[in-house]
Amino acid sequence: MSKFLSSVVSFIVFFVVSIAIAGEHFVPITSYRTGPYGVSGAPAANGYVDYLKMINARDGGVGGVKLAWEECETAYKPDRFVECYERLKNKGEAGATVFQPLGTGLTYSVIDRLAADKMPLITMGYGRTDASDGSVFPWVFPLMANYWSISTAKIKFIGEQVGGMDKLKGLKIANVYHDSAYGKETLPVLLKQAEKYGFELKGFPVAHPGLDQKATWLNVRRFKPDYVVLRGWGVMNQTSIKEAARARIPANKLVGVIWSCSELDTVPAGKAAIGYNCSSLINPGSNYRVFDDILKYVYDAGEGTGEKEEVGHQQNYKMGVLMGIMTVESINKATEKYGNKPMSGEQVRWGIENLDLNKARLQEMGIDGFIPTFKVSCSDHEGSAPVKFQKWNGKEFEPASDWIATDQSIIRPMIEASASGYAKEKGITPGCN
Amino acid sequence: MFYREAGQFKTSYKKDQSILPIFQDRIAMVAMLIFCFIVIPLFANDYWLASILVPFLALSLAALGLNVLTGYAGQISLGTAAFMAVGAFAAFNLQVRVPEIPFLIAFLWGGFCAAGVGILFGLPSLRIKGFYLAVATLAAQFFIEWLFTHFDWFTNYSTSGVITAPPMTLLGMAIDNPLSKYFLVLSIVVICAFFVRNLARSEIGRAWMAVRDMDIAAEAIGINLMKTKLLAFGVSSFLCGLAGALWAYVVLGTVEPQAFDIARSFEILFMIVIGGLGSVSGAFLGAGFMILLPILLNNVGSLITGGTISTETIAHIEYMVFGAFIIFFLIVEPNGLARLWQTGKEKLRLWPFPY
Repeated sequence: MSKFLSSVVSFIVFFVVSIAIAGEHFVPITSYRTGPYGVSGAPAANGYVDYLKMINARDGGVGGVKLAWEECETAYKPDRFVECYERLKNKGEAGATVFQPLGTGLTYSVIDRLAADKMPLITMGYGRTDASDGSVFPWVFPLMANYWSISTAKIKFIGEQVGGMDKLKGLKIANVYHDSAYGKETLPVLLKQAEKYGFELKGFPVAHPGLDQKATWLNVRRFKPDYVVLRGWGVMNQTSIKEAARARIPANKLVGVIWSCSELDTVPAGKAAIGYNCSSLINPGSNYRVFDDILKYVYDAGEGTGEKEEVGHQQNYKMGVLMGIMTVESINKATEKYGNKPMSGEQVRWGIENLDLNKARLQEMGIDGFIPTFKVSCSDHEGSAPVKFQKWNGKEFEPASDWIATDQSIIRPMIEASASGYAKEKGITPGCN
Repeated sequence: MFYREAGQFKTSYKKDQSILPIFQDRIAMVAMLIFCFIVIPLFANDYWLASILVPFLALSLAALGLNVLTGYAGQISLGTAAFMAVGAFAAFNLQVRVPEIPFLIAFLWGGFCAAGVGILFGLPSLRIKGFYLAVATLAAQFFIEWLFTHFDWFTNYSTSGVITAPPMTLLGMAIDNPLSKYFLVLSIVVICAFFVRNLARSEIGRAWMAVRDMDIAAEAIGINLMKTKLLAFGVSSFLCGLAGALWAYVVLGTVEPQAFDIARSFEILFMIVIGGLGSVSGAFLGAGFMILLPILLNNVGSLITGGTISTETIAHIEYMVFGAFIIFFLIVEPNGLARLWQTGKEKLRLWPFPY
């Protein structure tokens, strides 16, 4: 009967735990500070929390209503994420505002629950690609750029490096990818571009976790690529950078994806990483007012979540701040329509769908230059933001390009086809209301 | 004193062979079913149903499946998650290709496909045993995960390589809220649990146990090893496949092949080791231990500290306490929680004069 007993005990515990937090916008934070990806998850969570703390200290919350949050540890496991989602979704006076899972597998695990719960999901630079079609996925927002969009920007970046898109003809591009659903996701869009621009593409899968890639890079070397697209995750990235150096492929011929673009990937690779390029949603550098404000209002007050050194410098931390910016700005947009009271998920969804980050707004928020301007709409849940490429100089990332616009003409038809397939499987009638 | 079968006479063969021969056990079983089917739905909220009880039941079913193979038939398998994946993908594919098929038929189809694959990967068991067999079943784990990642046909050419369960309707009712999902999973799991319990008491179950205890002796008394072992693989994989279909359709809704990775196989193996090999209740107790305890610890941790310490520390404390619990239970009762319960029952029988 011990099952009964533990059930009873946990029932009681749960009812005590779920005392509502009143009169505040409730931000659920699902982070992974432990587990295999905890190294990258912890700074991101620190950035997210620091930004919320700063907004509370500097502006007194959003629209005069304070922000409240609770962190829940997922360890990057989908089932634990679902538990966290269910645990946090009804907290706060008006329920949770918006979830940001920070993991593609985690995203999939709750997509089906969103509509019933009226809960929006922001997935910046990861998650379900075809969710950019908001008429099929009203509750999911792959803000700024999804995997496919970033991929088109990457080919444009390579074109820029070789002096024009017409010069891509006859080039050899190797695609070294994590052998999983995540890694394979850009294959169709790369193939399409190979067809369009006339370069030769060859894929080289790396088995998870990617600690041993000697055989792969031997094959890459035999292919004699002009450029290598590196689509890795976790420990695979640093190994790839090191192996590329051993295969005599210069680091500046490597172009990493957004999840191969952190100090955690370049620093362990040492000298081999100098000159390494990768794509990012944010501009490198730390001279933005938002970081000064975080230092001033949060760290100087002794309220910092993580180490002071990472503020404005660590790539994952900055992504965390970016997550905070999107959450807060979406709540802010929602309060413009629904008034200054705690926002619900449904109201925040409207806020995200009507996000308009123009130059003036970015300046106001102290993030002009940190991120590009973009505007979200129902049919375009991404906002089609351009992508930045950055280069590792051995100490820090520096800009390697201007903001490069993505090529929606290639991917939009593919997204719509994929989304309509999903709508058919699920019996959804697409539409914008 | 309260738990004593004195005076309960079995006057017919039917009574002698009943599934719960002791009156008190029957009362307890009825009480438990009433609790699960009536009390829980009345009092549990969505959080409990959707994120704790439904995953718990689905993984209990997988643990039950593995327990048939490992606990009753003595064949160690590390391919449980792969068989779950086969169930999930087969059910999905049948429904995508033939949309008119009701989802319950698709679940069964998923179970039978998993059984077929399980029998195929169970063939090595005819020649190898123990740890060597465990390594051989690892092949299933890696091969099937690789197969579903690399052949787009299985995911219906989904660009993201994931499958999405079609909506479920049963007798005109949509199964889309936590309560209906709970009833669905609970009903399936209860039926399977009775099925396994009865199977274990039958000739087949006794043959399994004979093979487990000593296969040469079993062969000598006329048990066909091939038939018995492969049947165990088949039944076990069928249940795992059904659990996989539940995981994909009811628990998550959208699944990538990596949801059925080797970590899941290990988790289920640990469930039956901790819960108790070769017992139905062991699968449930083990799943409860592996699923509910960490979440309980995490909730208690957040409650006690009230947000003053980081979730990281709470998570680490959770791992430590959980690990300590595992060691504690394995030392106190190496045969699992189910055995602990058996011992408790024995003690109750003799109470208040135990010896």
